[in-house]
Amino acid sequence: MEKYRINPSNGMEFGLYSLGDHIENPLTGERISAQQRIKELIEASKLAEEAGIAVFGVGESHQTYFTTQAHSVVLGAIAQATSKIKISSSATVLSVSDPVRVYEDFATIDLISDGRAEIVAGRGSRVGAYHLLGVDLQDYEEIFEEKLELLKKINEEKYVTWQGEFRPPLKNAEILPQPLNGQLPIWRAVGGPPASAIKAGYMGIPMMLTTLGGPAINFKHSVDAYREAAESSGFDSKTLPIATTSLFYVADTTKEALQGMYPHINGGFQAIRGGGYPKQQFAQAPDTRDALMVGSTQQIIEKILYQYELFGMQRFMAQIDFGGVPFEKIMKNIEVIGNDIIPAIKKYTAN
Amino acid sequence: MKIVALAGSIIGSKTKTAMIKVREMIENKYPEHEVTLLDLADYTLDFSDGRNYFEYDGDTKYVTETIMGADAIIIGTPTFQASIPATLKNIFDLLPVSAFRDKVVSVVVTAGTAKHYLMAEQQLKPILSYMKAHIVPSYVFIEEKDFLRKEIVNDDVLFRLERLIEDTVLTSEAYEIIRAQKDEEYDF
Repeated sequence: MEKYRINPSNGMEFGLYSLGDHIENPLTGERISAQQRIKELIEASKLAEEAGIAVFGVGESHQTYFTTQAHSVVLGAIAQATSKIKISSSATVLSVSDPVRVYEDFATIDLISDGRAEIVAGRGSRVGAYHLLGVDLQDYEEIFEEKLELLKKINEEKYVTWQGEFRPPLKNAEILPQPLNGQLPIWRAVGGPPASAIKAGYMGIPMMLTTLGGPAINFKHSVDAYREAAESSGFDSKTLPIATTSLFYVADTTKEALQGMYPHINGGFQAIRGGGYPKQQFAQAPDTRDALMVGSTQQIIEKILYQYELFGMQRFMAQIDFGGVPFEKIMKNIEVIGNDIIPAIKKYTAN
Repeated sequence: MKIVALAGSIIGSKTKTAMIKVREMIENKYPEHEVTLLDLADYTLDFSDGRNYFEYDGDTKYVTETIMGADAIIIGTPTFQASIPATLKNIFDLLPVSAFRDKVVSVVVTAGTAKHYLMAEQQLKPILSYMKAHIVPSYVFIEEKDFLRKEIVNDDVLFRLERLIEDTVLTSEAYEIIRAQKDEEYDF
């Protein structure tokens, strides 16, 4: 765990992440400018740090309704604006980038931030980046596996000699700058089903698992499969951290939480996926057993601890800004997370 | 209410004839509802390539967005190689997984003979169910001998089409009431 800068005796980490989505606030019908959205993300990272939140992640999507295509640049600004919080991608769509460039970027962020940078590499759940940047979707599977292997190699070796299909070969290449302490924590972003979790396990790489909604127990299979695959490849799964992620909205009462979140999650899904969030399913979400993090403070604490019992993860990442959530609501969520939720979780999970 | 009548093939006349009749019947019986006939023969559609339906251009965008904007869809399909035509399957592939949630979908099948009369039951309905449609249970099966020179000449078929349309509209109205009741209960 130490290799990944995680100390389990401090208890489970609580982080925030954003896809950098740029959608109108459905309650006002207005959309803030891209500039304001990016500045508010940086502002939110400062508030998160003050609230004792451990991690702040920003992801990239290259299509309409998004604004952090250059997520590493935004993370660079966050590195400068903060001093303690870990800085992560959520996720880096590695398939459309050169792993060397990605490593250079994040090693630089690591230096700016005095050793707080991490990479979460994924394939992306939207295809815009592939079309825009000219990567053939036919290679979706293979290109990611190859690039992730290379990224891992760059992280582990000072001089890299490598040959593959999707990038020119490297011969004794020294990738500079090097991160502050020689290595970066590199995670694999994994969607719900076990197939991708198993690949992460085989590779012996930490897993960031999305659990966006539905019964939390459904994701247990992916977590177990990940650990099994890691063991079968000769890794000690106890040394590999797992993070789970979910959409998140907390309010004083269940009713206020449901009323506060629904227009955003529904509008966001409508804009990005072309279909809203089913109300019936949303109505079930405050139940402890459902993975979607919506409810009162107490309900959210119970949900996270329930998942902790199920998965034994080292980190939970909350997405609190999806679907045009106005900044005052984001601030309110950060405040409750810092004041009430993190202390309760630490009490239960720290040694 | 917005109703789409979809003729799911780009070749042949039976399905098109039936769906033109369906449109005419809806216009006569329910002038208050808006009905759009989408005959796939009139459009050039891309094959599904993984994009969201609204990210396509031209005909593909128009056809898929019109379907997604409908409250009820009456799907007309011929029988090709013991199944639905690829052009219709492509429509399903272009749409999101739960595209028919909160929509009523009913079915009109045409075929040369009655040899594959369970095709819709065994192949089309499972797709519609997976995509969360409220399916009108009975469909109308029309074969070659029910047509004469691009007209439906079997009165039984005409009566059944009338009933199908009535069931489609009533089912849609009923689900609207159920939705309103649930929304009231949810309070969010």
